[in-house]
Amino acid sequence: MKKFLLGDEAIAQGALDAGLSGVYAYPGTPSTEITEYIQLSKDAQKRGVHSRWSTNEKTAMEQALGMSYMGKRAMVCMKHVGLNVCADPFVNSGMTGVNGGVVVLVADDPSMHSSQDEQDSRFYAKFAMIPCFEPSSQQQAYDMMAQAFDYSESVHLPVLMRVTTRMAHSRAVVNVTETPRSENEINYNAEAKDWVLLPVVARRKNDIVTAQQKDLIRDSETCDDNIYIDGKDHSMGIVASGIAFNYLGECFPEGCPFPVLKITRYPLPSALLKRLQNENEKVMVLEEGQPFIEDILRGIGNEKILGKMDGTLPRTGELTPDIVKKAFGQPSEEYYSKCDDVVGRPPALCQGCGHRDVYAALNKVLEDYPQARVFGDIGCYTLGYLPPFKAIHSCVDMGASIGMAKGAADAGQWPAVAVIGDSTFTHSGMTGLLDAINENADITVIISDNLATAMTGGQDSAGLNKYEAIVRGLGLCPEHLKVVVPLPKNMPEITRIIKEEIDYHGTSVIIPRRECIQTLQRHLKEQKKKEEEK
Amino acid sequence: MKTDIILCGVGGQGILSIATIIGEAAMNDNLYIKQAEVHGMSQRGGDVQSNLRLSDRPIHSDLISLGGADVIISMEPMEALRYLPYLNKEGWIITGNAPFINIPNYPELDKLKTDYARLSRVISIDIDHLAKENAVPRSANVILLGAAQQALGISYEKLEQAVRNVFARKGDAIVEANIKALAIGREQQKTIL
Repeated sequence: MKKFLLGDEAIAQGALDAGLSGVYAYPGTPSTEITEYIQLSKDAQKRGVHSRWSTNEKTAMEQALGMSYMGKRAMVCMKHVGLNVCADPFVNSGMTGVNGGVVVLVADDPSMHSSQDEQDSRFYAKFAMIPCFEPSSQQQAYDMMAQAFDYSESVHLPVLMRVTTRMAHSRAVVNVTETPRSENEINYNAEAKDWVLLPVVARRKNDIVTAQQKDLIRDSETCDDNIYIDGKDHSMGIVASGIAFNYLGECFPEGCPFPVLKITRYPLPSALLKRLQNENEKVMVLEEGQPFIEDILRGIGNEKILGKMDGTLPRTGELTPDIVKKAFGQPSEEYYSKCDDVVGRPPALCQGCGHRDVYAALNKVLEDYPQARVFGDIGCYTLGYLPPFKAIHSCVDMGASIGMAKGAADAGQWPAVAVIGDSTFTHSGMTGLLDAINENADITVIISDNLATAMTGGQDSAGLNKYEAIVRGLGLCPEHLKVVVPLPKNMPEITRIIKEEIDYHGTSVIIPRRECIQTLQRHLKEQKKKEEEK
Repeated sequence: MKTDIILCGVGGQGILSIATIIGEAAMNDNLYIKQAEVHGMSQRGGDVQSNLRLSDRPIHSDLISLGGADVIISMEPMEALRYLPYLNKEGWIITGNAPFINIPNYPELDKLKTDYARLSRVISIDIDHLAKENAVPRSANVILLGAAQQALGISYEKLEQAVRNVFARKGDAIVEANIKALAIGREQQKTIL
């Protein structure tokens, strides 16, 4: 059966057809559509495949491990920086191993289309001694899901499947199976001697997992996915992985004259790489992301290697067909020069968005406090950095606003304000707030609640309708918890409350609450449709 | 057959719907397709684009090379010019001519006019006006698609069928509005080509 699928959708369909019992994820560009596809899949609904959003990537990874412990197949999906959040369970899942297959799907974002860094998840796989798969087409992504689950169960390790933005967010026609694999039954094969990582157990497991690495390398050398394609011209050999392999094809539409080693599976196939290096004068490394393969080949000064570290290719940003052409000395087509009249059109908060009113109020109050520092966080409201608001002074990672405001207050700063969204607060802000409350830190926390995980498309927010209860439960003095409705007409009330809470020398929380206008429009439309159907 | 297309506009203008329709038509025509989209942050009123590649031979790259695009389809005049370096010297620009001004420094319209005067293969249409005048106010993007039919190298019938397939689950009224919009676009193409 042919389907026209996004890379993310091909991955989701591949997982479903491989007998998936649960997907666990927190939304993050460019990985979000995987979980959304499964949520909307009639087949998944009928089978009862778990697909509800998790509070963050760490809770997602742990739930997937629990499902695997009981013998079923589970997938965890996240963007690259999400892997930092779940690094603890991820790395230690390499030590426990798995029972039911586990695929950790990580979507890297080179060029940072919607991210704060360019980290390359292949380093995590190596670090955790976990095998990594890296497909180069939507079809291969679909096919590899079944292979990844099978392999995970055969070597008793999770598999990290790494894709990048162009794979995740590009559509192609994908052939999907008519005969999906059925789900695993629950089993009790997982044993405490593997799963209780007390030092006495962990040392033994560490020896086992370390010894297993040579088997994984052998699998990488003998599998059908790491292919050595010989060529006539031995002045250069080429290593190409993931999406970079496609750009190589674009440069040589009639076939590449140089020998090519296509890498799809890690740990790296040492024997194949040695052959490429021995049989060719130079070796060009084409890889999307950081120079992971190149760094290993280059070692401490292998002069034969061409790539990102010697300037043959740019060190940062995603690859493009033009960049790869240039590396081979091929000219681009004749093209028009850039049009000088075109100006940038940066993203902006929607007209009518509640975050706008929050920043308008905050800026107004802070006119009287020129030394104030506002610690921002990750979400639509990060756009408050840009004109016209220019309202925040930092944005580092999910939840950092509260911890940083507290640290600044500890340093003697006043006023120290944190601005964080509802979903980001439950993702990683609650623990920071507990620290602040425990010391009654002199900070003002604004949880700008729009009832959604808005930036990634309006997904559910884990703490919906629970924010006052959560904040009170963390021990905040109830007089310093305030809820307002961010609308222009309420500006006098909001500014008064912000000022009062800044002037209070202890921890306070203000929750401006109004639904995201994007999800509101969608909800109104759905409601109208329902009424029409009646 | 090979057609490389850049679709562009401002977040929310409906370029991904155009991409979906072309993709559907091409799939039913048994062509190879690759379509790179932009999701996430850049949709918040920023510029958005999609690279769409059709061919009767397998396609390697998801992205179009400089000077490689056969056609730029743009909802908005300045956005089309943003991707000019990607347009082939023989390529076409098919664009809505009403500027979408949500930034303080949008260029003067006379400047854009001068830029367009340098290009010969342009179809510039007031799609919003046509959409309103013909009582299909939400289908300006499909009017634009109709105007691009010949440049795309896909038969009108196949495009029409794709519109039916893509909008089928939204009900007959929406299907018919979009079929009408497609036909309006096609007329524009005849008068100008």
